[in-house]
Amino acid sequence: MPGLYVFIEHDQGSFSPASREALTAARKLGERLQEPVVATHIGKANPEFKALCEEYGVLEGVILEDPKLLDYGPELWGQAIADLLALRNPRVVLSIGTDRGNEVLAQASARTGIPFVANCVDVSYGQGWNLTRLQWGGSLLEDSAVDSPTIFLTYAHHSVDDVPTPAPTEAVIDAVELDLDPILSRTMIQDRVTLTEGTTLSTAAVVVSGGRGVGSSEGFACLEELAELLSGKVGCSRAVTNNGWRSHADQVGQTGTRIAPEIYIACGISGAIQHWVGAMASKNILAINTDPEANMVTKAGYAVIGDLHEVIPAVISEIRQRRGMGS
Amino acid sequence: MRVLVCVKRVPAPGSRINITPDGLNVDTSHLGFTTSPHEECAVEEATQIVEQHGGSVTVLTVGPPEAEEQLRYAASVGGNDFVLVVNDTGEDWDPQRTSTAIVEAIIDLENDAGEYDLILFGNESADAGGYQIGIKVAVALGRPAVNGIKGIDISGNTLTARREVDSGYEVYTLQAPAVLGVKEGINLPRYPTMKGRLASKKAQIDRRDSSTPPGPQQKVRLHQPEETVTETQVLGNGADAAAAVVDLLADLGVL
Ligand SMILES: Cc1cc2nc3c(=O)[nH]c(=O)nc-3n(C[C@H](O)[C@H](O)[C@H](O)COP(=O)(O)OP(=O)(O)OC[C@H]3O[C@@H](n4cnc5c(N)ncnc54)[C@H](O)[C@@H]3O)c2cc1C
Ligand SMILES: Nc1ncnc2c1ncn2[C@@H]1O[C@H](COP(=O)(O)O)[C@@H](O)[C@H]1O
Repeated sequence: MPGLYVFIEHDQGSFSPASREALTAARKLGERLQEPVVATHIGKANPEFKALCEEYGVLEGVILEDPKLLDYGPELWGQAIADLLALRNPRVVLSIGTDRGNEVLAQASARTGIPFVANCVDVSYGQGWNLTRLQWGGSLLEDSAVDSPTIFLTYAHHSVDDVPTPAPTEAVIDAVELDLDPILSRTMIQDRVTLTEGTTLSTAAVVVSGGRGVGSSEGFACLEELAELLSGKVGCSRAVTNNGWRSHADQVGQTGTRIAPEIYIACGISGAIQHWVGAMASKNILAINTDPEANMVTKAGYAVIGDLHEVIPAVISEIRQRRGMGS
Repeated sequence: MRVLVCVKRVPAPGSRINITPDGLNVDTSHLGFTTSPHEECAVEEATQIVEQHGGSVTVLTVGPPEAEEQLRYAASVGGNDFVLVVNDTGEDWDPQRTSTAIVEAIIDLENDAGEYDLILFGNESADAGGYQIGIKVAVALGRPAVNGIKGIDISGNTLTARREVDSGYEVYTLQAPAVLGVKEGINLPRYPTMKGRLASKKAQIDRRDSSTPPGPQQKVRLHQPEETVTETQVLGNGADAAAAVVDLLADLGVL
């Protein structure tokens, strides 16, 4: 039985939320293709792996072991998947399109010649593979046909809801000893540096973002103040980072960060499609713009028409007043 | 250091990306073109490396004859040599075809003038976003590769590369010759100077053909994602809207 192998991402043994998305996606695709799902773990035996498989109704798991698999390395992990192909002949190897998910399957694809399709949102088979995938970071969709019995693919990150489905029986976990070429250790992680703990732009409940309309780096002072009052983070558009007003770490969009706050306050941002794809997962959007026809305004649930340098200070003083902080 | 940068010509759309009636391409009749943002930063990074350590920057693209525009732009901000592998099929090539064409060109170029110590790619192309061409080229050439890089330090033949993760960064050390996929934010690309612009007009473009056949992946059509139409509620004009804004924040429980 060829089977559908789902590669479970982890960092030093701890599973990411993306691995739960991967298991959910694999179970659904397994049902559609009528293929058994096998969860694949790269690295040392991990007691939580079996429990994770069972939580998602996956009854079979395989651990790819090698003493050289001390930490993440794109070439080591990619070759491990390539070896899996030779050992088990899977029909599909899938994962989630995180940095690692896409990198490992691209490596495996390069090493085996099996086609790799990144960031799919729909997958089916009928005289070849039919895939719908993201282009332009999700601004467009592409239907693609792949003529190959076997395929490597990732589902777009956050496109799959994490739905546990407990297994009726215990999962059976197998271990396979690989013999990876020592040269592949050359791209293994050498060190980690922690810079921020706690809330980041991608996890903040409130993001106050500024665009070209802010006018200067000093102009961001009132956005900083509003963000701080709301325990939020400051974001920006690419026009702002290109002007050197703020660091790229603050950029929201296709080539920046994807955010999903309770409310996104977009000030002086026109709402170009590449910005919008980074912000569209926000639960609520408030656009502050002088132009009532700006794309950000017409797409937002709420808008204030006006100069952000008048609106934001007024909002700040209203908050202070209500909190009895004076202005 | 001899550095090669691979860039792609892509349209620069505004508030929406329109599709041609046959559903196969982005409608570019009213659009300008640009280089994918990650790759603009790759060109800048290569330029800074060569300014610091000496060497030269070669910029390569696989694209239509018009992609000359992107090579000339690279010439205006720092590149030395320019290679255009011509794709005159009118369609973006699949990842296998593109990566094979790039590998063939690199092998040829290296036979003529020696190995590239560093080959830079973008983390992903802006349009297709296949997340694989750089990695496929690296594996075909037998070189180490890491994607998602937002910082490079060079000391002799050792490249120390930083990859951004949510809480900070991961550090990788590679020996040249190596391949890195970089992300926007690694630097702030410079704007062309007048002198750069003039020089770019004279830059020689090395044009090549490729007879690489198509791979197994074929684009069937492009379409728009489902759009939810929102009724925008205007809370007011100017400073007078402040009270309504704060009411909204209170309603959402973020005040
Ligand atoms: C491949 C690619 C990837 C990209 N990735 C990203 C990305 O990740 N993130 C991103 O943001 N962009 C990205 N872009 C760039 C994007 O296309 C736009 O150029 C950019 O988002 C525009 O930034 P902006 O809205 O700040 O500026 P503008 O488009 O210039 O808009 C400024 C807005 O401010 C308003 N305004 C002016 N003055 C005031 C005032 N005093 N008060 C209130 N409003 C005012 C104006 O009405 C206007 O709507 C990408 C582009 C490409 C081609
Ligand atoms: N047609 C092309 N010509 C040159 N380089 C390309 C081309 N397409 C992609 N690349 C490079 O490969 C990287 C990854 O592309 P992709 O696999 O499409 O996401 C891009 O950021 C570019 O650096």
